[in-house]
Amino acid sequence: MAVSEGAGGREARRPILSLRGISKEFGAVRALTEVDFDIYPGEVVAVVGDNGAGKSTLVKILAGVHRPDAGTIEFDGRPVDIGSPSESRALGIATVFQDLALCDNLDVVSNLFLGREVAHGFMREEEMEKRAWQLLRDLSAKIPSVRMAVAGLSGGQRQTVAIARSLIGDPRIVLLDEPTAALGVAQTAEVLNLIERLRERGHGVILISHNMADVQSVADRVVVLRLGRNNGDLRIPDVSYEEIIAAITGATDNVVTRRAAAAKSTTETSEAASA
Amino acid sequence: MTSKTVAPRTGDDVQDERLIRGVGVRGAIDGFARRVRGGDLGALPVMIGLVLIWAVFQALNPNFLSANNLVNLTLQCAAVGTIALGVVVVLLVGQIDLSVGSVSGLAAAVLGVTFAQSGWPLPLAIVAALAVGPLIGLFYSFLFNRFGVPSFVITLGGLLGILGLQLAVLGANTSINIPYGSWLVTFAQSTFLPPWLAYCLAAVASLGVFASAWTRSRRRRAHGLSTRPLTLDVVKAAALFVAMALAIAYLATDRGVGVMFVLFVLLVVVMDLLLRRTRWGRSVYAVGGSVEAARRAGIRVARVYLSAFVICSTLAALGGILAAGRLASAAATSGAGDTNLNAIAAAVIGGTSLFGGRGSAWSALLGILVIQSISSGLTLMNLNSSVRFIVTGAVLLLAVVIDSLSRRSRESHGTG
Repeated sequence: MAVSEGAGGREARRPILSLRGISKEFGAVRALTEVDFDIYPGEVVAVVGDNGAGKSTLVKILAGVHRPDAGTIEFDGRPVDIGSPSESRALGIATVFQDLALCDNLDVVSNLFLGREVAHGFMREEEMEKRAWQLLRDLSAKIPSVRMAVAGLSGGQRQTVAIARSLIGDPRIVLLDEPTAALGVAQTAEVLNLIERLRERGHGVILISHNMADVQSVADRVVVLRLGRNNGDLRIPDVSYEEIIAAITGATDNVVTRRAAAAKSTTETSEAASA
Repeated sequence: MTSKTVAPRTGDDVQDERLIRGVGVRGAIDGFARRVRGGDLGALPVMIGLVLIWAVFQALNPNFLSANNLVNLTLQCAAVGTIALGVVVVLLVGQIDLSVGSVSGLAAAVLGVTFAQSGWPLPLAIVAALAVGPLIGLFYSFLFNRFGVPSFVITLGGLLGILGLQLAVLGANTSINIPYGSWLVTFAQSTFLPPWLAYCLAAVASLGVFASAWTRSRRRRAHGLSTRPLTLDVVKAAALFVAMALAIAYLATDRGVGVMFVLFVLLVVVMDLLLRRTRWGRSVYAVGGSVEAARRAGIRVARVYLSAFVICSTLAALGGILAAGRLASAAATSGAGDTNLNAIAAAVIGGTSLFGGRGSAWSALLGILVIQSISSGLTLMNLNSSVRFIVTGAVLLLAVVIDSLSRRSRESHGTG
């Protein structure tokens, strides 16, 4: 696995984004309690956790949807305040939400440049189309035609367009919320390739995912949240599937390991029976 | 130029082997056929419909396609067509304005009262009447953006309320005559382009179409993108010129091309450019396609709605002024009756989707031609308005069915 580059150079570099002691309450619910989080350039960090662990809240704080109640956010070493989605974007954090938010009736170029069209009076379609092709080729994206309406694309291609769109403003960090949740096997692989391409380009990638296979195959580091608290910051090559699950559920003896053990013992007994 | 198999893949945009792409003029025709099968019908159904309607009425009454009748037809189109153009914009953002008829009536009433009764100078009276439009549009968009009331309900209220205003402005008069000598009436009724000027305009328009296609090709080549064959652009522009020249020659055997109709077509052309080529136009389509996506892309959605409502009401007011000029009167019945529904029906029949985000400025022109053709044909046959309403209603239903079907076909072909 080609993951050592991003993770190895980590001590030498300064994090792009650094969260310290972030807390957030919604009424009587403490969604996040003193959470720390760092991301370095050229690094893919997966944020995992059970339902209600605080992943979405963390994403929304970074995207400028929610403000933290306590804690500091540093971007490039200076303290910042992410008060709105546009401030988040201005800092260089591009968020790709789960529902993608594409206009089905518009073609790929129009969607990529939506709200950021190149225009001097009239729009410069040729320039936008050319830049769209360059961008998609950089990502080795498989889009047959950028003049196709987005409705005609497959799920993976739509995800690709959404990710490519987030790169138009040349962000430092790309935040992907469950990018593979609705995708098939081949399309998932495409998106994972795309994430690796983002890392090669030097972007910091934050990946929210429930899928441990995806996390293990693409992430350099996995940050585990449990009940709104940090519950582990693990380097992927040094950590096993079971260890991540243990951190997520908070116990080595949990429903997942029991199932695995049960499955193992049944196969053993059936092997013994056949022997 | 003839073979489809050895397509030289020159541009950046045609590298993908999955792309079906023919070469030359033949390739362009094939591409068009594929788009139609995929449900991207564009103006095709309404064009076919128009030809059918004309053929049927000509068979029933040989006067239908006479130059005299066609000149009348163009003049009848201009006023309601202008209103329909505004409706197109509102439909594109996925909303509707049911009050355009009342707005046009109110504008006519303001014009009649200020100009014919109070003796204001005509330009001032026109400005006053025109100002009715943006005011109403601002009011609608305030209600819509601030309180989130559906535009359907807002403009239904507007339909009644503005009709009331119209009657109040007219006061005791049920009808005010606008003097025949005024230039507004002359402009709307009896000003026609001299044939040489009409030919010149047609030539300028065709050259404009060609020049725009040519510069586009040049820029695409400069950016390393694929280009359409030059022959296709030449053929298109030449065909456009021949068609326009024939129409002008035929209409010139009667009175010629009415200036009011030219004004309407100019408005359509300008609106088409604004919608297709400006950032504002792109945001209109985006909002009609997905408001949430547009908002997240940083488009100021409320402003887009505001612009659509204001443009719609303003064009409705302009349509009312043109209608008043053509009828030389402003009355309680101005903009009443079927004006409203004809304008909305024209936009939909012309191919603008009721579901938002799809359509073009040209649908106002094509749609109003269909509606006025039906109206004119039935009038020539001495059939009364009962039949006219039924037939127009049936055509509208047909258009909506085609819209829904092509939407479904687009979904199955995945072409948005």
